[in-house]
Amino acid sequence: MSTTSTTKNNHFQDHLMEEHHKETFVSKYIFSLDHKMIGKQFLITGMIMGIIGVMMSMLFRLELAYPEQSFPILEFFLGKWAPDGVMDPNIYLALVTIHGTIMVFFVLTAGLSGTFSNLLIPLQIGARDMASGFMNALSYWFFFVSSVIMVASLFVEAGPAAAGWTVYPPLSALPQAMPGSGMGMTLWLISMTLFIVSSLLGSLNYIVTVMNMRTKGMTMTRLPLTIWAFLTTAVLGVLSFPVLLSAALLLMFDRMLGTSFYLSDIFIGGEVLSYSGGSPVLYQHLFWFLGHPEVYIILLPALGISSEVIATNSRKPIFGYRAMVGSILAIAFLSFIVWGHHMFITGMNPFLGSVFTFTTLLIAIPSAVKAFNYITTLWKGNIQFTPAMLFSIGLVSTFVTGGLTGVILGDSALDINVHDTYFVVAHFHIVMGLSAIFGMYAGVYHWFPKMYGRMMNKSMGYAHFWLTFITAYGVFFPMHFLGMAGLPRRYYSNTAFPMFDNLADINILITYFAIIGGSAQLIFIFNFFYSIWRGPKATQNPWRANSLEWTTPVEHVHGNWPGDVPVVHRWAYDYSKPGAEEDFVPQNVPLAEGEESGH
Amino acid sequence: MSTISIIVLLVLVVLTIVQVMRISEISSEIQKGKDNEVTEKDNNTQGTLMLIVGFGFVISVIVMYIVWGRLSLPESASVHGSEIDSLWNLSMLIINIVFFIVQPILFYFAFKYRGKKGTKAVYYEHNNKLELFWTVVPALALAVLIIWGLNVWSTLMMPENEEEPILVEVYAQQFNWTVRYSGGDNVLGYATVHEIAGGNILGVDMKDPASIDDIIAKELHLPVGQPIKFLFRSQDVIHSAYFPHFRAQMNCVPGAITQFQFTPSITTAEIRQNKDVKDHVEEVNEIRKAKGEDVWDFNYILLCNKICGAAHYNMQMDIIVETEDEFNAWLKEQKTVAETL
Repeated sequence: MSTTSTTKNNHFQDHLMEEHHKETFVSKYIFSLDHKMIGKQFLITGMIMGIIGVMMSMLFRLELAYPEQSFPILEFFLGKWAPDGVMDPNIYLALVTIHGTIMVFFVLTAGLSGTFSNLLIPLQIGARDMASGFMNALSYWFFFVSSVIMVASLFVEAGPAAAGWTVYPPLSALPQAMPGSGMGMTLWLISMTLFIVSSLLGSLNYIVTVMNMRTKGMTMTRLPLTIWAFLTTAVLGVLSFPVLLSAALLLMFDRMLGTSFYLSDIFIGGEVLSYSGGSPVLYQHLFWFLGHPEVYIILLPALGISSEVIATNSRKPIFGYRAMVGSILAIAFLSFIVWGHHMFITGMNPFLGSVFTFTTLLIAIPSAVKAFNYITTLWKGNIQFTPAMLFSIGLVSTFVTGGLTGVILGDSALDINVHDTYFVVAHFHIVMGLSAIFGMYAGVYHWFPKMYGRMMNKSMGYAHFWLTFITAYGVFFPMHFLGMAGLPRRYYSNTAFPMFDNLADINILITYFAIIGGSAQLIFIFNFFYSIWRGPKATQNPWRANSLEWTTPVEHVHGNWPGDVPVVHRWAYDYSKPGAEEDFVPQNVPLAEGEESGH
Repeated sequence: MSTISIIVLLVLVVLTIVQVMRISEISSEIQKGKDNEVTEKDNNTQGTLMLIVGFGFVISVIVMYIVWGRLSLPESASVHGSEIDSLWNLSMLIINIVFFIVQPILFYFAFKYRGKKGTKAVYYEHNNKLELFWTVVPALALAVLIIWGLNVWSTLMMPENEEEPILVEVYAQQFNWTVRYSGGDNVLGYATVHEIAGGNILGVDMKDPASIDDIIAKELHLPVGQPIKFLFRSQDVIHSAYFPHFRAQMNCVPGAITQFQFTPSITTAEIRQNKDVKDHVEEVNEIRKAKGEDVWDFNYILLCNKICGAAHYNMQMDIIVETEDEFNAWLKEQKTVAETL
């Protein structure tokens, strides 16, 4: 067996030597089949989408702080949709909708999973590349086209989709209901369809690669937690995204072919429409069957990344490896049977509400285990505060803060009065948005040397973290209080209700934090692009980490290792092991005589 | 003017970037790339910042509770609402205890165990007892919340009525609310979008004898102390009927009739005497006075809480809770459907 694999490797190397000279700019940087390059493509595209998404949020935050007031900057960006600098209510809804869509799908799903699953899966399991390099490239290009269409929808005559990122019909189905439900919505659906194809191609590839292409000695229980997280995420994606695809297709049928899956008994624009017998609640079931696992598709990779970063920089094994794997799996399983907690007040059978309350609150248990295990990993560590470590600790903080309010929202009786208020906005931005984005930043800072062979600037990283961490809480924590005052989300302005007049100051405060926090991301963007070309050259293993990616050379080669793929002898967390000389023992170092294998 | 300032700003930004690049280039030249290694000094600074900012965050949360706690909705004006409020308070108590224990520990550990040269971390990979402990404790706390929560939920969703509830239809359309009372027979006449024509905005079917005494109004009047069963309809998109002061909310779904029942427990006149409400009104009126707007008096309101289009932010209706006599007197003044159509 070992002979055959060595021969295979030799063949591979010969093959590489021949191929190496034929690489052109296009095959290397554009239509690349190399997982490392595809990972970078996902990251850069995700970052561009992220810039658009964050800029949108700053525009609508401006509107929320100073409702119906004139700002030249709004007219500059929105043109005819902000006549005389005053934002139109329809475009406010469009901004909120596209902000949500872009951040949830394009940045935190494709940008996060696409980047790090691609980069790390082959490197950390000891594989030459993904199972199918072509499928992998295809996955990126579907994502790219999908991004282009989503951005293009911003320039449609009547404006982009505006029915909220969940695009509930009938609002999203009927152009009579709002201008955004015309061409903008059609493009939204086409873009999302392509996105789902991209996600499926990627996920299938990740699963196959992890299951089949691990190097010798890399048993499932020796996998770094990043890989466990990416694998579980991919399984979630494969099982849930097709359901969103069917929801989107049925919505297209209702919009274009006159079917009535979601529509019934509608009187709008002075006439009764011919739809009959459908149910808008059906759409919500289909949507949230993806929508809730989606939360964990976003969150799990971030948790995986932070597990790796926290262990490496605490110079300690991750505490409770098996419990961490178990809680990832438990969260993934539960995520499929909780979708109804988004629908407690849709008129769904109250008994179902009870079931979903029960399953939803159960998620708090594995989540608590994860949080406590992170904290115990810090305990008696020798913490090295790299920017990645700061963001990982930030993630633990936001995961706890945001997770706790989930205990309230998951309880059907309590949800009644805060459903769709700013309390919800605070909850999911903190637990899902901030945690995932912090995990993503941690990943970029940590693996930047692996991606570009150079180091990012540390001081700018520190400044970026502190500004982001403080302003992020400054933006989202006060929103709990708005929600408890009964303020609904997706309101263009609160001036129609004198009851909310005393919340205006909080809204202004939040907007200031949002503008500072959003601008602080420029530090990151500058640091990122500057370091690609001008950053100091990285050493092979700058963080003194154990996992296999740090055994590859700094300069990328096809097939990752110039010689044989390393063989794995231990788990990824032998940090500060008693008896070892250094405070880390890479996975490919054989057990010393008499050494007990960890965990 | 604004174009010029934007151009100037852009030029300044570019200049700044160029300068920063030069500085960092020179400094990285001097340090030969070593400036990116985390030093003991960095660990000290960042660890201390963790402690200061982390505890600053925890303290600022306390400050927010003190300063903004008053913004929360006043006491519940419905019978079931006070149960929700008790459950809310218990849940808030539990999550705040966890918050105020876990967050300080996290930031304190980050500070305490900041890296020092020459020290080695403790190799501590797992402890089953400890992990079992923090699996079981949350499980127990959640068991309490789940059992109580489900109890409240089921009494709320499946109320046992001693007296027959008053039926009220709440009808939603872009972007306003209409209500229909069932009249003397306490039966709402059949209605469908196919009957909408002219003044018959709710599509009430006049062939149904139960329709004749129905009453349509643009203001929701409710008698205190009587169970009210709301039936919700929408004619176009999904709306959500949100009664924040009564701890009640239900979506209005086109093609279906949804329902929610509650018993108002405090009249509008009474709640206006509530101290929290009085403070709230006073605060709001000071703000309104400064802006030159009308004086506001507290009213219960019904809001739309599901995105429904351009004027979603202004889809509302006043609710007046009054004594039974006042309610009956008001109802008598209203014209029936038969009279208006």
